[in-house]
Amino acid sequence: MARLHVIKAGMLTTVQDRGRWGLQSRGVPVAGPMDPCSHRLANALVGNDAGAATLEVTLVGPELEFDDERAVAVAGAEFELAVDGRPAPVGVSFVVAAGSRLRVGHRSRGARAYLAISGGVTVPMVFGSRATHLVSVMGGIEGRALKPGDELPLGVPMRPRRSSRIPLPSPIVLPDGHATIRVLPGPQQEYFSSGALDALQSARYKIATSSDRMGFRLEGPRLTHARGADIISDATPLGVLQVPASGQPILLMADRQTTGGYPTIATAISADIGLAGQLGPGETISFVVCSHQEAMAALIAQERALMAVEASTGS
Amino acid sequence: MPAGDSALIVEFEERIDPAVNARAVALADSIQAAAIAGVRDVVPTYRSVAVYFDPLSTNYDALVASLGRGAARPVPEPAGDRILIHVPVCYGGELGPDLARVADFGHMSEDDVVAIHSGVNYRVFMLGFVPGFAYMGIVDARIAAPRHSTPRVRVPRGSVGIAAAQTGIYPTETPGGWQLIGRTPVKPFDPSRAEPFLLTAGDSVQFYPIDRGEFDRWSSNTEDTKESKDTMNTIEKK
Repeated sequence: MARLHVIKAGMLTTVQDRGRWGLQSRGVPVAGPMDPCSHRLANALVGNDAGAATLEVTLVGPELEFDDERAVAVAGAEFELAVDGRPAPVGVSFVVAAGSRLRVGHRSRGARAYLAISGGVTVPMVFGSRATHLVSVMGGIEGRALKPGDELPLGVPMRPRRSSRIPLPSPIVLPDGHATIRVLPGPQQEYFSSGALDALQSARYKIATSSDRMGFRLEGPRLTHARGADIISDATPLGVLQVPASGQPILLMADRQTTGGYPTIATAISADIGLAGQLGPGETISFVVCSHQEAMAALIAQERALMAVEASTGS
Repeated sequence: MPAGDSALIVEFEERIDPAVNARAVALADSIQAAAIAGVRDVVPTYRSVAVYFDPLSTNYDALVASLGRGAARPVPEPAGDRILIHVPVCYGGELGPDLARVADFGHMSEDDVVAIHSGVNYRVFMLGFVPGFAYMGIVDARIAAPRHSTPRVRVPRGSVGIAAAQTGIYPTETPGGWQLIGRTPVKPFDPSRAEPFLLTAGDSVQFYPIDRGEFDRWSSNTEDTKESKDTMNTIEKK
C-alpha cells in the first residue's frame, strides 16, 4: 500500500476528517477540523469525497515524502509550499511525483491549512472516524500529532487526477490577525447580567497562548453572571462561548469536551467556525450578534461556494 | 432552546434529580428512535437533552415538533427495565488514597465509608468529560466530600471517586480532582471490546468491595477474554 513518509512533523499536524459524531452521549468528543470549510475545499480540489481524511497543519508545516504520484492540494491558511525545493501553489491542486518531497513551511496568513492527498489518508477508523482527538488519545496515528518517522497509509484515488490550474475563490476570507465572528445569543443567556451581551460586543478579545484545539481562552471585556458561574453540567455545542467565574469567555472548538459546567452566553454561527479556526494565539476576535436568518444565509452561501468547487473538480 | 444554528437544547429543571434525568433520558431515547434525517447526535445530561443536527439537511420544524411530542410523552417508570451493573472495587490503601480523607469528612471509619458507598444503587445520570466517564449519584450526604481544590495531574484508570453528590470511575488515565476512594479492575471504556462502553445514561450501578488479592487476579486477566466474560457476568437485567 502506498504511504506518506513523515520527514518533519511541523508544529502540530493531525489527521482529521469530519469528526466522530453520534457518541457524545458516551462522552466521546467530536474532534474534526478547526476550519471545516477549508478541509472540505482541500478534499474537493483533489477529487476526494468530503468524508476523506486530510492533514491539519498548524502554524509551521511538515515535510512529507511520497511513495507514488498523487494529486495534492493545500487549502485554508497561506503557507510556504515547496516540492523538492521548487515553490508550489496554495489553493489549487498539483501533482507530486513518486519519491518527491513536499515541504509545508511557515504561514503568512491564517493559522491552519488542510493538506488533502488524492485517495485520502486512510489510518484506521475509530468509531467511524479517522479524526485525531489528542486528549482522549483517539483516531489519527495513535491518537497523537504526527512525528518524524510516521508512515501514513493512503487510499486508492477514486477519480482520475485533475489539476485545477485556476485558483478558485475560497469560501473563507482569511483573517489577518483579527476576525469578526457572528454569534446567536444563548443557550443560557439568562445566567448573565443584562449588560453582558453588549459587553461581549463592546471590544476585541485576545486569544490567550494557552488556547488549543479544545478551545480559545479569551481576554477582553468581563462578562458578569447573574446567578453564579457554576451550573449543573450541560451539553457543549461547537462554537459556544462558555464563561467561568473569571468572566473571561472560552470559545469551544473542535476538540471540546461533550459536557461542561459553566454557563454559555452565545454561540458562533456555523458559517463562521472556519474563520475562527484560522486564528492563532495572540490574535483577536470581535463578536457581533446576528439573526438566525443571517446565520442560515451565510451557511447557504458557503455551501453553494463549496458545491461549485466540488462540481468543477468532479468530486 | 436554540444553541447556535445547528443544535437545540431542551432544558428541564436545573437540579440533580433522578426524576428530572429520567425525563431527559426518555426524551433522548425517543429522538434517537425517531431517526430524523440530518440529526447527528443526541446527548442527554443531568437535566437537558442536546440535539445536534445539520441545518442544511434537517427539517427544523419537524425536529422541533418531534421534540415537543417527546417531551410531552409520559416518562416510563424511573429505571423501568434499565440494566443493573455490579462493579467490584478495592477500597482504600494505595488504590484509594483519599478514603481516609472522606472518612474524616464524615467523622466515621473507613469501613463505614465503604459500607455507605457500596450500600446503594446509583443512577448513571450522564456521560461526559472523557469517553466512558459516567456521572453517577446520588452519593449519601455523609460521605459527599467536595473535590480537591487542586486536581491531581494523573488519576489512574479505574479509580473510583467522589465529588460531592456524584461518584464516578475514571475510564482512562487523566487529570482529575475527585476524592479517590478505591479502584476497580473493570474497564468502563475499552475500544477493543465488542461493547466498548460499560455504562449508559439511565443504567443503575452497585459497587461491591473486593480485596487486593481479587483486584490483582482480576487485573491480571484483563488481557484475555475472561475479562469481558466477567464484565458481562456483572450485568443483570433488573
